[in-house]
Amino acid sequence: MKTRDEKHFQIVAHIVLIFLSFTAVVPFVLLVISSLTDNDVLIANGYSFTPEKWSFYAYEYIFKTGNSVMHAYGISIILTLAGTVLSTVVTTMLAYVLSKPQLPGRHIFMFFVVFTMLFNGGLVPTYIVYTNIFNIKNTFWSLLFPGLLCNGFNVMLMKSYFVSSVPGEILDAAQIDGAGEWQVFTKVAAPLAKPIIATIALFNGIAYWNDWMNGYIYLTKRTDLYSIQNLLNRMMVNIQFLSQNSHNIQDAGVGLASIPLVSVRMAMATAGVLPVLIVYPFIQGNFVKGITLGGVKG
Amino acid sequence: MSTTKRKRQNMKRFIPLYLMALPGLAYFFINNYMPLPGLVLAFKKYNARKGIFGSKFIGFKNFKYLFATKDAFIITRNTICYNLVFIVVNTILAVFVAILLAEMTSRLKKVYQSLILLPYMISMVIVSYLVFGFLSTDNGFINNTIMKALGREPISWYMEQRYWPFILIFVNAWKCIGYNCVIYLATILGIDHSIYESAAMDGASKWQQVWLITIPLLKPTIIMMTMLAIGRIFYSDFGLFYQVPQNQGALFNVTNTIDTYVYRGLLELGDISMSSAAGLYQSLIGFILVLGSNWLVKKVDSEYGLF
Repeated sequence: MKTRDEKHFQIVAHIVLIFLSFTAVVPFVLLVISSLTDNDVLIANGYSFTPEKWSFYAYEYIFKTGNSVMHAYGISIILTLAGTVLSTVVTTMLAYVLSKPQLPGRHIFMFFVVFTMLFNGGLVPTYIVYTNIFNIKNTFWSLLFPGLLCNGFNVMLMKSYFVSSVPGEILDAAQIDGAGEWQVFTKVAAPLAKPIIATIALFNGIAYWNDWMNGYIYLTKRTDLYSIQNLLNRMMVNIQFLSQNSHNIQDAGVGLASIPLVSVRMAMATAGVLPVLIVYPFIQGNFVKGITLGGVKG
Repeated sequence: MSTTKRKRQNMKRFIPLYLMALPGLAYFFINNYMPLPGLVLAFKKYNARKGIFGSKFIGFKNFKYLFATKDAFIITRNTICYNLVFIVVNTILAVFVAILLAEMTSRLKKVYQSLILLPYMISMVIVSYLVFGFLSTDNGFINNTIMKALGREPISWYMEQRYWPFILIFVNAWKCIGYNCVIYLATILGIDHSIYESAAMDGASKWQQVWLITIPLLKPTIIMMTMLAIGRIFYSDFGLFYQVPQNQGALFNVTNTIDTYVYRGLLELGDISMSSAAGLYQSLIGFILVLGSNWLVKKVDSEYGLF
């Protein structure tokens, strides 16, 4: 009796979950297939899961004419690496210090951090500070700095990990053995906090790779600093951008008329999402752990 | 050793720690505190040459203008209503999926979970391309394949307001369910398994176990998550409302939220006064809501809450 009930449940669960997984993945499938479809077929039949004619032309085009895609890739990679390292180091150091119960002034620092989670000036004053005071408009800093470098939520998340999972006695013992504060942090505390550091680094890395806002707002002239997200965004707004921006267009012998716009669009989007799809299987376990930590206890 | 001397030595001991905290604190100062004085701009007529503090003070005029327009109502309505629907739809679906995953015996459940979480990892720019693949008027899958198969006329999706509430709710659910589901799943997996065993022994069916054990025990988590979401009800996902509808003017009535309004005022229309008034309106009400919901969360269970 019990087994039949159980069996029913399992079957229904499988059907529902297959349907939902399918829904989650299908748009990506359409994207990739569209990017591999012959441009003329696309114009005739639209984006489809079953193209009449396949073609690598969109990818050839991307890599041959103009290096804007590869360049944007480069920017995205440098930004993600630099941003992840910097933000993780800054977050970890601050969280570690806040986890010290005997630190004088700790409550003031805590309030200073928590308040940023409750109230913010919003876009207008932030934009004015960054453009008028720090003059980061049209520089690489505008991709790296605003909003992304450190956030209160990650600091608090990491702080509670230090408090709960890195025993103060071990740190004290290291200190008695003659280690300085900096050594205690790098040699003892940070290695013990590796799981949470990996999680926060992951959050930061994804945030930097996916960010398009900063470039959209601050890079008004320096399109050469566009990350892949900004390039994609710009192309969605103005497909002509690609033809204007590819310097080698004449050298490649491609006339404007023959640019496979419809498929190139999707090929570029595929190029933008591919790195995420490739690393996803390796990071998702850690990512899930991170969400659980953050969701259950903020 | 005298106490002052000991105190000084004590302080000296902490100097490396203060130095370690400095970069993070300095960042918050620049990124979160330095903009705050700029909020007075909401009460000024902004003049770029005179700067924030040189600009003329005009009291509540910006707010008067803002609330005299239709926009103020539309952006407030859109922001709040979408968020309310998001909360309901996402909670129901995420809890439902979490229960299915928790009860599933097959090892495939890891695969399902990963696939459902995948959209959460993607930037809104990419999402706008994915949506475009389906909805593009000329090349989209829906117009070219589905509508054709049904023998219907193609629809100009990016021009028709009435579809967008559903599209945005769907896209948001598609992107966020995986994330919420992970949190609910963790709670379910934390439930003492012996409760289920004894219920099964008493002859409770699977469905009864879900209704009478899992859901009641999930309730605190659902309440917490909902209240935290209500605290954010005055904020919207800029990418969802700006990128996915591709900033189409014809859709503003159903896609304009406070965040998109502030952005457009600042960078597309150059109407900084109005934009900063709307920004302050959002910051203040948002602040009250975050504090209020957090206070409630802590009343229910002091373990939760942001701070």
